[in-house]
Amino acid sequence: MRAPLSWLREFVDLPDDVGVVRDALDDLGLVVEGIEQVGEGLDHVVVAEVREIHPIAGADKIRRVVVDAGDPEPVEVVCGAWNFDVGDRVPLARVGAVLPGGFEIARRSMRGVVSNGMLCSSRELGLSGDHRGLMVLDAELVTTPGEDLRDALGLAADTVFDLSVGANRPDAWSIRGVARDLAIRFDRPMCDVARRAPSSGSPTSEFAGAVLEAPDLCGRLTVSVLRGVRVGPSPAWIARRLELAGMRPISNVVDASNIVMLELGQPTHPYDLDRVAGATLRVRRARPGETLETLDGVVRALAQPGRGLGDTGEDVVIADGEDRVIGLAGIMGGAATEISDATTTVLLEAAHFDPMTIARSVKRHGLRSEASTRFERGVDPELALEAVGRFVAILALSCPELEWVAAPLDVRGEVAPPSRVVLRAGEVTRQLGTEIDDDVARRLLEGLGFVTEVVEDGIAVTAPTSRPDVRTGAAGRADVVEEVARLYSYRKLARRTPTWPSPGGMTDRQLLRRRLRDALVGRGVLEAWTATLVSEAQVRRTHPDARLVRVTNPLAEDEAVLRTSLIPGLLDAWARNVARGTGDVRLAELGVVFAHPDDAPGRFTRGGEGGHTTLALPRETELLTVVLGQPGDDARTAVALWRVLAERLRLEDVVVRAAPAPREWHPTRSAELVDRASGVLVGRVGEADPDVVAPLIGPVAPRRAGLLEIDLDVLSDPASARRRPDGAIVPSRFPSASIDLAFVTPAGVPAADLANALRGASDLVERVELFDVYRGGAIGEGARSLAYAVRMSAADRTLSEGEVAQARDVLIAAGERLGARLR
Amino acid sequence: MTGPLENLDAVVNGLLGEVDTIASIEELDAREPALAGRRSPLAALQKSLGGLDPDARRDAGARLQAARARVEAAIGDCRRRLAAAERDRLLEADRLDLGDVVTSTVPDTLRAGHPGLVARTQAELEDVFVAMGFRVAEGPEVESDWYNFEALNIPPAHPARGMWDTFYVDLGEPETVVLRTHTSPTQVHLMETAVRDGSLPIHSVMPGRCYRRDTPDARHLAAFHQVEGLVVDRGITFADLAGVIETFTRAYFGTDVETRLRPSYFPFTEPSAEFEITCQICHGTGCRTCSHTGWIELGGCGMLDPAVLEAVGIDPDEWSGFAFGFGIDRCAQMRHEIADMRALTENDARFLEQFS
Repeated sequence: MRAPLSWLREFVDLPDDVGVVRDALDDLGLVVEGIEQVGEGLDHVVVAEVREIHPIAGADKIRRVVVDAGDPEPVEVVCGAWNFDVGDRVPLARVGAVLPGGFEIARRSMRGVVSNGMLCSSRELGLSGDHRGLMVLDAELVTTPGEDLRDALGLAADTVFDLSVGANRPDAWSIRGVARDLAIRFDRPMCDVARRAPSSGSPTSEFAGAVLEAPDLCGRLTVSVLRGVRVGPSPAWIARRLELAGMRPISNVVDASNIVMLELGQPTHPYDLDRVAGATLRVRRARPGETLETLDGVVRALAQPGRGLGDTGEDVVIADGEDRVIGLAGIMGGAATEISDATTTVLLEAAHFDPMTIARSVKRHGLRSEASTRFERGVDPELALEAVGRFVAILALSCPELEWVAAPLDVRGEVAPPSRVVLRAGEVTRQLGTEIDDDVARRLLEGLGFVTEVVEDGIAVTAPTSRPDVRTGAAGRADVVEEVARLYSYRKLARRTPTWPSPGGMTDRQLLRRRLRDALVGRGVLEAWTATLVSEAQVRRTHPDARLVRVTNPLAEDEAVLRTSLIPGLLDAWARNVARGTGDVRLAELGVVFAHPDDAPGRFTRGGEGGHTTLALPRETELLTVVLGQPGDDARTAVALWRVLAERLRLEDVVVRAAPAPREWHPTRSAELVDRASGVLVGRVGEADPDVVAPLIGPVAPRRAGLLEIDLDVLSDPASARRRPDGAIVPSRFPSASIDLAFVTPAGVPAADLANALRGASDLVERVELFDVYRGGAIGEGARSLAYAVRMSAADRTLSEGEVAQARDVLIAAGERLGARLR
Repeated sequence: MTGPLENLDAVVNGLLGEVDTIASIEELDAREPALAGRRSPLAALQKSLGGLDPDARRDAGARLQAARARVEAAIGDCRRRLAAAERDRLLEADRLDLGDVVTSTVPDTLRAGHPGLVARTQAELEDVFVAMGFRVAEGPEVESDWYNFEALNIPPAHPARGMWDTFYVDLGEPETVVLRTHTSPTQVHLMETAVRDGSLPIHSVMPGRCYRRDTPDARHLAAFHQVEGLVVDRGITFADLAGVIETFTRAYFGTDVETRLRPSYFPFTEPSAEFEITCQICHGTGCRTCSHTGWIELGGCGMLDPAVLEAVGIDPDEWSGFAFGFGIDRCAQMRHEIADMRALTENDARFLEQFS
């Protein structure tokens, strides 16, 4: 909301220092998002009359202009605008002027002609957005050449605050509301502005009608008749005020309505009485099938249920005496009853509508207006006729014969009464932790119009009608305490760092993630962050048949589906680095992937309006995916990296098992990672499919990319991925003996299984490590030679040669049981 | 049947038979002109149609066209079959039994890796909060409207819904499933669990990824990370909230950092506040980043609204509490003076390598 300082000052005397006012507004929660200084940068800008216009030889865009700027000698300037003639009066920025935006006017020479200043457009002076040519002053305006432009136009320097007002401050959506907060903060009285009263004479009911058929949706309907209207432009200061507040002046009637809305917060709607059948306004629900052409020229279908929760399609409308819809209540009027230049009698509606109904209609019709913004937050139902009085006072400035017909129609509907809560003695202090005297709290609240009263068990506080946001019960007490804190100043509130007996900490899952990250970083991996919302094509790369989880309202079509894998995103990121010449990278991401609830037993949760529905949500799985893309990296690197991670996580025994490769994985260089005891799939290791890599990397040398994918949900479940026990073994003090054993092993026997068998064959075995694999030669098809280094020791002695030989035989026998033959 | 196409079937069958014998892509490429191209018998037949009367020529042309299509289809099938066989051959030649990988033979170069900036920042913040006695909690990224909004005192059509530009997920009734716009749904889950298990009080922080339908620019990404805090205990006051904010900002940003609270509005807290810290660029003297105020807005906070407590079955007369939240990415952006947040998701090695 834009609040000009000059307008605020009509209601309260404010400090001269703008910084002090700004600080106060911020501290009151009326956050200043911007400050605009207007009428600045106009020093040395004067009215000048054009005397002569001459072409400049060799130039077709600029001309030499001679002006009278009130000096003894005429001033010569070069000008590129063409929208003026001899005799026009235009603004001249003299040499030395600094225009808004910091442009300094200097004496310049163009095409050999010296320019002693600059003739300006309205935009160059920061007065409007108009830059179509010079700002030519209205001929009716009495000016003298050389006169300060500000004096000529009646422009006082002003400051406009751009305020962000919270949804719980319906009362602050107006200049007067903002001024009221400031008055409390600076402890200064509020002033009032001029209002008119209805005339005496025949009552309005003789000329107009008001019918309220939907009292639950309209808390109050007032209808006034204004006679003696002459539609024309508003006085300059009204137009100026509207522009400063960010609205366009239109005509004196519309401007009066806008001024009242900005100033007091009450939207009003003026109709041409002669165009409203029966001069009657009827508030009712729209019926299905009805339409309305709103002022913006759009024909709108009414009472159509909309998308989204709780939207039954209810629209409140204004209908005329023949029950035809002429306006969307509280949001926008219809085109048929609009004020025109010929209007002489105005039917003025000032009403109160149910905020929720307005909010839903606004959303459904995609139609937001200054009026609806206020109604959906809650307008003070007691404000209607006061606002009409102000409307009449403003319109009367340009319509001297204006008459507000006696006894305006005033029909009451249902409005919740203002909340009343009882703050128990000391409750403010108890909630805020700051000692605030009850008397201080009462004074602050009363400044805002709250009524307070000392009762037996504390203070009874009744909210003003301008504060429908204040609730009842515990919530209402919190609302009132917030008002006290806000007006008292948050900056003055006490601070205390609380402590509690329970220690802080992280879950095993969170610690696991950190260990993984540390281990990866230690192996030269860069952690990436790829998009969650991807294209359908990207999902199809890994999951050709998955049901898609789509976003209803994506920002772009290629960001419309929740990802099912991290692999495509990471491979793409790797390829992008290669393309940028930064590509020898290992990338990893820890992130969530999603599966449609129909594809995977998902999560059920409460949902729907009121939380009464059970909803199936997508299953979310957290994965760690690594792309190993340094030169030389391949599936072997991925296996080695996995072993490092498994060691870091103290995994008991997760083995690499051959398995068919899913999409994007290399069909003959990929395998599953399986927890031996539980048989649960922990992840996958291998390489990217060469047919995927080739098009990504383009015509450079063939590259391999190692891949590793681990399911953190499985990994963090000790029943699925078993960890080594915490108990540590103190190693034997006696030297250990090492032997090497090479077995010709059938292709179907995994190296890890053989190692496991050797490990379990004798108590003396300390460690078994594969150190060589050999294929071909004498070994023959369907087998390979696996060579293990086996280290043995005993806790209480040095092993004798005999013992080692005996153990060796036991190990060989263990291998043979798996079909492996000593080489 | 007589005429130039008398032997067409035999010619086609002959060509199809030849296609069947082709054993490599190279061979196929070499022989294709003779099978379906200009040197094909079909092309010769085409030329011989010139002498026919127009009707007969049209019929014959159509038959020839169909014959050519059959041969071309067979060539296409052959090409695919050969390509698949070639791929199978290459893959087979490439085969590696990953169970046999000998770790000690895998070459590796020593090289520094780098944690993600967001992850690292999150970890630093978690450490600060853990030291202050908070547990770290997490929750899902897809939520129901109920947990993301309604249980937080934001009913449908509430004007405050406009504060969050929401991505809706196409599941269930329209607008019932959302990508969470904040981590606050995790607060509701925590409170529900605590009520069910009788395990109040709660002192938790919840970091996580959230989504808002904002067109990405230098300061915003549609996906972002925030950390929220939740305390529900007996006798908690606004002073405790302000104290926690002050303590953690000093712990994270440095002891010379001041914090300031100013009134704000959130449907789930009352009183509500935004908290600002001393501008990290100018250290409070005023600069463009802080609009010459010396303060930078960091996040929102407030005392838990009694309506939120009641909605999950906590008696607001016995328990009170506060919540706060702020952006993790934004903290990182401030500390590292990152001019354009979009760098965070580009995954350019030159960007990633700067953080450790």
